[in-house]
Amino acid sequence: MNVLGKTMGFSLGLTLIFTLVTYLLPQVKGEAPVEKKVDLDSLTMDDFVALGDELFHGKGTCTLCHKPAPLGRAPDIEGEDMVATAAERLSDPRYKGVATDAASYIHESMVEPGIYVVAGWGKKGSDDSESPMPHVNKPPIQLSDMEMDAITAWLLAKDGNEVTVALPAVEAAARAVEKSGVAARSQEPARAPEEALSRYGCVSCHSMDSRDALVGPGLVDVGARLDADEIRQSILDPAAVIVEGFPPAMPADFGDRMTVNELEMIVQYLAEKKG
Amino acid sequence: MSICLLRVDSMAFMKRLFLLFLFLFSVVLPAEAVLAGGKIQENIASVGQVRLEGQLPVEVAAESVSVAAAGEPVLEAAPQPRRSDYPDVGVSSRAIVWILAQMHLFFAALVLAVPLFVLMIELVGVFTGDERYDDMAHEFMKISLTGFSITAIFGGSLALALFMLYPDFMGYMMRVFGAQVLVYALLFFFESFFLYTYYYGWNAFRYGNLKWVHLTLGLLLNASGLTIMVLSNAWATFMMAPSGVNEVGAVVGNIWEIMKGPLWNPINLHRFIANIGFGGAVVGAYAAFKFLSTSDPERRAHYDWMGYTSNFIAILAFLPLPFAGYWLMAEIYAYSQQMGITAMGGILAWLFIVQAVLIGTILLAGNFYLWAGMSRTEGSERYKPLIKVIALVLVVSFLIWVTPHTLILSASEVSKLGGSHHHILGPLGIMPAKNIAVNLMLVATFLSFQLYRRSDKVATVSWAPLGNALLIAVYVAAVANIIFLGVYFGYFTNTVYKVGSSVAQVSSTLVVIVFGLVIDSLMFRSAKTLPSHWGRIPDRAQYALFALPIAFTWLMALMGYVRSSVKTHWHVYTVMKDNSPDNFIPTIGYAGNMITLVTILFLLCVLFMFWVANLSSMRQGKPESAGGEAA
Repeated sequence: MNVLGKTMGFSLGLTLIFTLVTYLLPQVKGEAPVEKKVDLDSLTMDDFVALGDELFHGKGTCTLCHKPAPLGRAPDIEGEDMVATAAERLSDPRYKGVATDAASYIHESMVEPGIYVVAGWGKKGSDDSESPMPHVNKPPIQLSDMEMDAITAWLLAKDGNEVTVALPAVEAAARAVEKSGVAARSQEPARAPEEALSRYGCVSCHSMDSRDALVGPGLVDVGARLDADEIRQSILDPAAVIVEGFPPAMPADFGDRMTVNELEMIVQYLAEKKG
Repeated sequence: MSICLLRVDSMAFMKRLFLLFLFLFSVVLPAEAVLAGGKIQENIASVGQVRLEGQLPVEVAAESVSVAAAGEPVLEAAPQPRRSDYPDVGVSSRAIVWILAQMHLFFAALVLAVPLFVLMIELVGVFTGDERYDDMAHEFMKISLTGFSITAIFGGSLALALFMLYPDFMGYMMRVFGAQVLVYALLFFFESFFLYTYYYGWNAFRYGNLKWVHLTLGLLLNASGLTIMVLSNAWATFMMAPSGVNEVGAVVGNIWEIMKGPLWNPINLHRFIANIGFGGAVVGAYAAFKFLSTSDPERRAHYDWMGYTSNFIAILAFLPLPFAGYWLMAEIYAYSQQMGITAMGGILAWLFIVQAVLIGTILLAGNFYLWAGMSRTEGSERYKPLIKVIALVLVVSFLIWVTPHTLILSASEVSKLGGSHHHILGPLGIMPAKNIAVNLMLVATFLSFQLYRRSDKVATVSWAPLGNALLIAVYVAAVANIIFLGVYFGYFTNTVYKVGSSVAQVSSTLVVIVFGLVIDSLMFRSAKTLPSHWGRIPDRAQYALFALPIAFTWLMALMGYVRSSVKTHWHVYTVMKDNSPDNFIPTIGYAGNMITLVTILFLLCVLFMFWVANLSSMRQGKPESAGGEAA
């Protein structure tokens, strides 16, 4: 028992020493990027530049590599005047991109970092022909156009240069939302009506090849009973007309989930089913 | 009592047999149902056409097949669960999975490693004809036997917890890996078969040709275990660097393309080597405990020898581990520089200070044990002055290694210091300085090992002085090279080349190890052997054998945490986001608490495992009065 007590005491003591070491170090949490809502009505350029600063040092993870020498693994863009730097790069014979000014050069560097690799900063062994920088508009960083514009605005503004990036407009924001909605589905739109019917689970409740009732009525002759507009209404607003004898079980969110093309494919497909 | 244990294990065997039958039935029964397909059709006809969810009716399915045949199969992306899709059980889901996964991995590592070096020790016994090796190998198997059941218990619990707490993620993983997980499960039947026949057949297949049958069983046991390990490693590496899927996570490759991601082989090698070191350290603690618990000189000699062998295995496996670790990190950087920097230069970088403390503990404990072990031999006096030099190198290197680059300072401290980096300590905090320190510690540890091995021998070959001079030259050249490369590339070139120089540094260390082993094996081939007294070692040396598994366990949990956290807020990096409430990297203190918790749990389970192993050698005396009372 004496030996057990001594060895357990020693082992636990050593474990606690290791735990203590972790408490002597900085206690920092690595938060996942959080959604940030931008009110376009009250957004000023100063706000936009500040947003860019926040993204550069946060979600964009730019400072993992873009640090002052000798710590950096990429040029110290925070310490450089990017308008002057961009002018040098654009005049370099090695430059093969399509940018014409500092703002478009910065944007191009984020979405196509391999177009121009700054001398000495290429992937090891690539002779500066390949960039180690990830495409920031793709996972895992996945910045939106608006976020990249904000970073560009900050990179221009931090040295007192004129900010040539426009503030995001309502239409652009709407496009971004639509784009992110598609991305959230993470699927290509269905290419055939059968694929769409399967994807949205229609065939789980409706028989396509008979009048047999499953959860909903059979649809083999739906085209003879309803015209295209009525079919469309049944999908988008299933509660508008409920066939007698059937429960109101059809989901009401197909309008949000389907693309316009998918909806039309299904409508035309069903409208042609005459029994 | 041994009969009792046999019965317990027989029951476990029967249980596994029952599970095998259950598995076979689960395969056979549906096959019968298919054969009697008409009957099934009759049963479902009365309620209309029944299809699996998502299955298309006949006319639609036929057309879809034609779409697929045209080369455009429907691809299903990785799910993107919302926060509300994660079940809330009132406590952190991550904490539950963390504990179960780590406990499973600890025991899995142990039971994979022990049969590996047991087979090696058994082979040594066969070639040397020394039965002590055979008995020791058998004892190693005996003390780890319960570990297999504990591994399975934690593995099963982990699987249930994952399916319950992360259903979308597990659904996706099952879709990606498909039948591979069934192959994984099937291998457990093979592993169990070979484990029980290997262990219980030890004395039945002890000599002659039967010994080779036994060794073959051991080989197959290890083959099953290692295959299980590499199959499951593929899950972890797929989560870090997915392959065989497109950018939205839809499966586009075959199972081999999915498994063979860029990090699979580096992880396989790293875990393989680390498991051996870990297993050696754990059984070394058993030997130390038994050594301290007895005063019988014969038993002390046996357990001293067992402890020495365990330490030898642990340190020998530990020495090449940094090289495997380097390969892994290099591949991580090649796959994603962002991921690499998150680990080594971002929020997780501080954990490498803790890693330095742990590895320093392992090396100091291993060296201390070797120095204390020199008292067993009468020829060790000649090397004692060198021990002080080695100790100095180890301590100075250790201090450099744990020096942080930046310090947490108040504003007034920053102004007094003239910046956030101390002008002397700052340069010691960056990787080049640490690379020098680590390599010097490895070289010093190998020197300790070499001196220990030499301490009971006197070379008789004529070229011994030349061999020693050559060896010294190799040591001096390697140390000079390690320091020069670190200083030149670390402080006089840009960052891209800093880590690149470490390849040449570790090569220098490897040259010392290989050259040292070759020289010694040639020089001491027919050496005069000095008396060696097993059991003649101070008790305090045994505490080094306890420090090793504690530090190893802590280190394993720490590095597992780093490996998993480099994915940041992704379940599967770049294709499936983690939207759970625990999708952040916790503070180092929280991680430290979790690691300590699992280390203590592991310690208690290991104690239980050792206790069960000892039960088999106990027998209760028959109570004197029992017969009288019955009469």
